[in-house]
Amino acid sequence: MVTTTLGVTAEQVRAVVADVPDPEVPVLTIDDLGVLRDVEVDDAGRVTVTITPTYSGCPAMDAITADVRTRLGDAGHPDAEVRLVLTPAWTTDWMSDAGRRKLLDYGIAPPTGRRPVGRTTGPEAGAPVRLTLSVRCPLCGSPDTRELSLFGSTACKALWRCDACREPFDRFKDH
Amino acid sequence: MTPISELSPSPGAQAPPRGDKSQAVGTYALRLGDDALVLAQRMGEWVASAPQLEEDVALANIGLDLLGQARNLLTYAGTQLRHPDGTPRTEDDLAYLRDERDWTNVALVELADDGDFGACIARLLVFSAWQHELYAALTSSTDETLAAVAAKAVKEVAYHRDHATQWVLRLGDGTDESHQRMQAALDARWSYVEELFEADDLVRELVVAGVAVDPATLREPVLAYVTAVVEQATLAVPEPAVRHTGGRRGVHTEQFGYLLAEMQHLARSHVGATW
Repeated sequence: MVTTTLGVTAEQVRAVVADVPDPEVPVLTIDDLGVLRDVEVDDAGRVTVTITPTYSGCPAMDAITADVRTRLGDAGHPDAEVRLVLTPAWTTDWMSDAGRRKLLDYGIAPPTGRRPVGRTTGPEAGAPVRLTLSVRCPLCGSPDTRELSLFGSTACKALWRCDACREPFDRFKDH
Repeated sequence: MTPISELSPSPGAQAPPRGDKSQAVGTYALRLGDDALVLAQRMGEWVASAPQLEEDVALANIGLDLLGQARNLLTYAGTQLRHPDGTPRTEDDLAYLRDERDWTNVALVELADDGDFGACIARLLVFSAWQHELYAALTSSTDETLAAVAAKAVKEVAYHRDHATQWVLRLGDGTDESHQRMQAALDARWSYVEELFEADDLVRELVVAGVAVDPATLREPVLAYVTAVVEQATLAVPEPAVRHTGGRRGVHTEQFGYLLAEMQHLARSHVGATW
């Protein structure tokens, strides 16, 4: 355990906090999610950890912030600053490949990397936004799936159903 | 917990002194935050009362997004509209300790649905279309905090707008009964639409400073979107005889008092309670 901030590197601090789990999708760490944005150690040894919320109202952020503080305190950085930043806005594009694999193994269809951002200008302005990529069932692998609801058990997931194995499943939304 | 007396003069309803930019920015952030918070409360009323389980979840999620946006906006407003001793007002000060006349939301968000799902969806269509255009434009604000809040929120609101769109199409172009009720819901909501596009001196000054979005510029794209959806749903865009106004000045409908009473009751009856 690191008991002093003298000589500690950002990489070492990062290792302390990187595997803090998301309390709502515990198979993912904040590093997998892209919620952990930056770890800095300045010349005086002051530690700053920067995190960003997934959705504006994500209730997991309070728990994540508390967990990060606890880890830092246990590792000898009780005065570390935990900064919450809104910009640049979080996107599922930041989710690691390891995170996507873990989601799939956990039974949640991972984001496919295409963001359904609304069109506001140009000739297509006002057209409803629709996802066209097929989503594979995380249970049986079939692409014969459909969306039941844009909204699921947490802000980051949508509710889907597989027409091959007939099972409902969560899909991590492209965002 | 802040004594209520310290919240006077009201941070929202009074015109700020000229040239006091942080007061103006705070008042603007508070308006947008009030819109989001009040609609979040209305959405929460649908939990366990929506037509189907998936819709309970959807409306709760939309409410949660709006609540998160409101927390960001109220927290920021509180840093600009400080207590007389210089400490920031907290989000809880602003949410729980302001009286009705100090709230600056538009009337559209405060109207009670009274269990009418069509009314809920009619409002969500208009409001999410408006919020989407607003936040998209606000990402270019010279105020970095407002731009950052908007950049997150615009992606969330895109889902809300899509959800409302799908329901209006389904109900409008559905059975005779659903068509008639969806049209009635639009008719009932429409006299509250124009208020979304009103500007006053405070907003106009912030527009010049590059901070705020001119609400008048949102009218054309919002109504274009809404009209396209309504017509595709085989419904008609209403032409209301009256036009409601006053929310930004703290003038509210009777229904709003009941909403506030429920939302603020715990914090006011058990001063200092945390949960």
